[in-house]
Amino acid sequence: MSSREDILNSIRGIQREKKPLPDLPDYRLGDDLVDLFTRAILANKGEVMNREEFEIWLSSSDFQQIVSIPESFQSYSTQELPEDPHQLDNLQLAILEAQFGVAENGAMWMDDSQLPHRVLPFITEHLVLVLSKQKLVDTMHQAYERIGDEHSGFGLFVAGPSKTADIEQSLVVGAHGAKSLRVVLI
Amino acid sequence: MRKREPSIGLFIPCYVDQFFPQVAVATLELLEKLGCKVTYPLGQTCCGQPLANAGYERDTAGSTRHFLELFKGFDYVVAPSGSCVLHVKEHFPELKGLEEDTKEVQERIYELTEFIIDVLKVDVLKGSFPKKVGYHSSCHGLRGLRLASSSEMNVSPFNKAKQLLEQIEGLEWVELSRTDECCGFGGTFSVTEEALSVQMGKDRLEDHQKHQVEIVTGGDMSCLMHLQGIADRSKSDLKFMHIAEILNQSLA
Amino acid sequence: MSHPKAASQFLKDQANSHWHDETLWMVREKRDIISKTIPEWEELRNLASQIKDNVLSNLDSYLEEFEANALKNGIQVHWAKDAHEHNQIVLGILQEKNCKAIVKSKSILTEECHLNPYLEKNGVEVVDTDLGERIVQFLQQPPSHIVMPAIHLKKRDISALFHEKLDTEKGNEDPSYLTNAARLHLREKFLGSKVAITGVNFGIAETGEFVVCTNEGNADMGVHLADVHIACMGIEKIIPRRKDLGAFLRLLARSATGQPITNYNSHFRSPAKGKEIHIVLVDNGRTLQLGREKFKNSLKCIRCGACMNTCPIYRRSGGYSYGSTVPGPIGSILSPGLDMEKYSTLPFASTLCGSCSDVCPVKINIHEQLYEWRQEITKNHGEASKSIAMKLASVIFKSPLAYQFSGAMMRKAVRNLPKGLIYNPLNAWGKNRDLPEAPKESFQEWYKKNRK
Repeated sequence: MSSREDILNSIRGIQREKKPLPDLPDYRLGDDLVDLFTRAILANKGEVMNREEFEIWLSSSDFQQIVSIPESFQSYSTQELPEDPHQLDNLQLAILEAQFGVAENGAMWMDDSQLPHRVLPFITEHLVLVLSKQKLVDTMHQAYERIGDEHSGFGLFVAGPSKTADIEQSLVVGAHGAKSLRVVLI
Repeated sequence: MRKREPSIGLFIPCYVDQFFPQVAVATLELLEKLGCKVTYPLGQTCCGQPLANAGYERDTAGSTRHFLELFKGFDYVVAPSGSCVLHVKEHFPELKGLEEDTKEVQERIYELTEFIIDVLKVDVLKGSFPKKVGYHSSCHGLRGLRLASSSEMNVSPFNKAKQLLEQIEGLEWVELSRTDECCGFGGTFSVTEEALSVQMGKDRLEDHQKHQVEIVTGGDMSCLMHLQGIADRSKSDLKFMHIAEILNQSLA
Repeated sequence: MSHPKAASQFLKDQANSHWHDETLWMVREKRDIISKTIPEWEELRNLASQIKDNVLSNLDSYLEEFEANALKNGIQVHWAKDAHEHNQIVLGILQEKNCKAIVKSKSILTEECHLNPYLEKNGVEVVDTDLGERIVQFLQQPPSHIVMPAIHLKKRDISALFHEKLDTEKGNEDPSYLTNAARLHLREKFLGSKVAITGVNFGIAETGEFVVCTNEGNADMGVHLADVHIACMGIEKIIPRRKDLGAFLRLLARSATGQPITNYNSHFRSPAKGKEIHIVLVDNGRTLQLGREKFKNSLKCIRCGACMNTCPIYRRSGGYSYGSTVPGPIGSILSPGLDMEKYSTLPFASTLCGSCSDVCPVKINIHEQLYEWRQEITKNHGEASKSIAMKLASVIFKSPLAYQFSGAMMRKAVRNLPKGLIYNPLNAWGKNRDLPEAPKESFQEWYKKNRK
């Protein structure tokens, strides 16, 4: 007998009381979502800015290698997207578009349609996500409601820069992934 | 027609009977001052908790049977111990033929502060006790009987002991840094895990001391016995009183 | 080593154990604060618990549904009855790909299966990429906490270790500096690995996708750069619906570290073009535990570690005192199911204070299961002396006469005998604690005189 059958049969052999699957209530926040979202991102060690602030920031920085995907931000790209994601190793800045954001925790959703390479938001040294103010939901419940049964090979909630507290619980931003996260709210 | 006065059976845990009779006296007198008619059934032994918590619940049939014989028929059973009440409620073994008696006693047994608040519904206590008092929440009373909201949970805060003590004039309720951490007594744990047990006790005492507590009180003498044992060894001048003693003394 | 022995050793370094207690207490406080910002927190715990109840009662059909959907999505699904089969499956995939070096992100399951030593024995270099895990891997230690693997170490230790292994400046203890050194070191490993292994936080039956949560981004760095992603998953990690993630992701990080969500939450449904995803579904004692009515709820665990952070024992005795892959309260109810004799002292490493059950995001009745394990263990592994003492107590407790006699004797002894003699038999009590002063008479004696 295969292990598959073996495991399934062991489970079937156990007397189990039927337990119903509960419905999930539609918990909401009801406050100013932009404000809540902004505070959540700050708490996660990210930054929130408008387009103008973003442009000032970008012009004051000295990035040589930028990949920018969102349509109205494409002019910032300094290079073509390589075919092999390993070649993104020296990428300094990735500008991507998030589908929507979650006010309770700052999480922003992307899937394969925003990510020409799945490793992009991780391998880049700095990450900028462009998000429309209109596309904020209250909590994770509405987030999954919104995703619905959309089908993508990969989906991702990003809520902040890469971070760790594994050395004496001291928070360090920039573990393996992006060392910073900026959200451009438009 | 006058309503029949409810009958109250006083359950005194074995170690209180033997080592802290003053706590039992205070409990009896306090209930009497609050207008209760209390009977103390003679011949009480131990409820069986130390055995059950050590993994021998199956050996507690004898003590349980004895307990049921003594206490069945009372309208209420009251004890100055959250821990022993929790044992009766949750860990009495199933005894053939005694299922009804067991259920009845389990429904009618109360820890002292819970009885005063929930059954007697006392909301005015006139008395004075001008001391800084630190309260030790016994875990079985707190998370077992829910005598107070535990710090872990997101519920409206309440504390039955505090509700009583705060009515006493001059008594200063001291807030601790860790409001309801375990003292490390834990029954046989206190000897099988001696090093941990003592360290936990020391840490609890330090919290009281750093907040200038004069008297540590609580609803379970077992925790207090452990804490006092450590305090006495280090010649600390902290005093320990069961909550029944404070209330009874204040209401003099 | 028994838990009491290991605990008293850990406590010998007072400064260190105090630091350990304070550090984990801080994490618990963060959890308390953030959980109280969610008005529906207690309802969420109820819902999560009920969802897991439903999962456990339909585990077979959810597993089949998950498998069917995963296959449809182009994921390859493997089944492993035990740790050994799991390890063989993983090695088999590596050998087929001719892969000699892999990166692995945090997976308690692979720790439980002792995958690393197995692969190393078979000539595969394994690099753990979670910073804490890399640190303990350098030291050839297991994680001491399931969420914070290196919580038992000081930055001084890590600085010395990195100086030796990664050639960092001697004496530089700055966490940012040390983390950056690990970043550079692991970046090379990520870029060079053809296969990456991850654990799984949740597997979703209705979609066949699975979710991996990290703060460092190490799981994603590994799998998106590799050709093959192997995800190792305990069969109890299944949840029915995608929307159930709403409840679980709201609870997980808040309970674990007091943050509102982990910074990366990746949903894997199909491999990227030209790549492969394998899932290994592992039993390894889980169906046995499911069959134990009193203990099956332990399988609801989502591995947040909150019970460890709140446990007054764990905080003061450290993760290694448990000697099990999963330490702390949840480990003490899972481990005896795997080996009752080896882990017989763990259910006694508790005062049954119940704090673990009150923080648990899926409402596992941990302390009640500790109590129940005690009842099981004493049937098979009760130390003889304890058993005799307990038998004696049971005789005394059921006879009022015997009780009064022994009580009076005891009081007399405490009153009249020299301290040295009393503390001898009560050595463990009296080592660091005084006994109460014994009164002249018991309450019963007082009552007979004053009320009858």
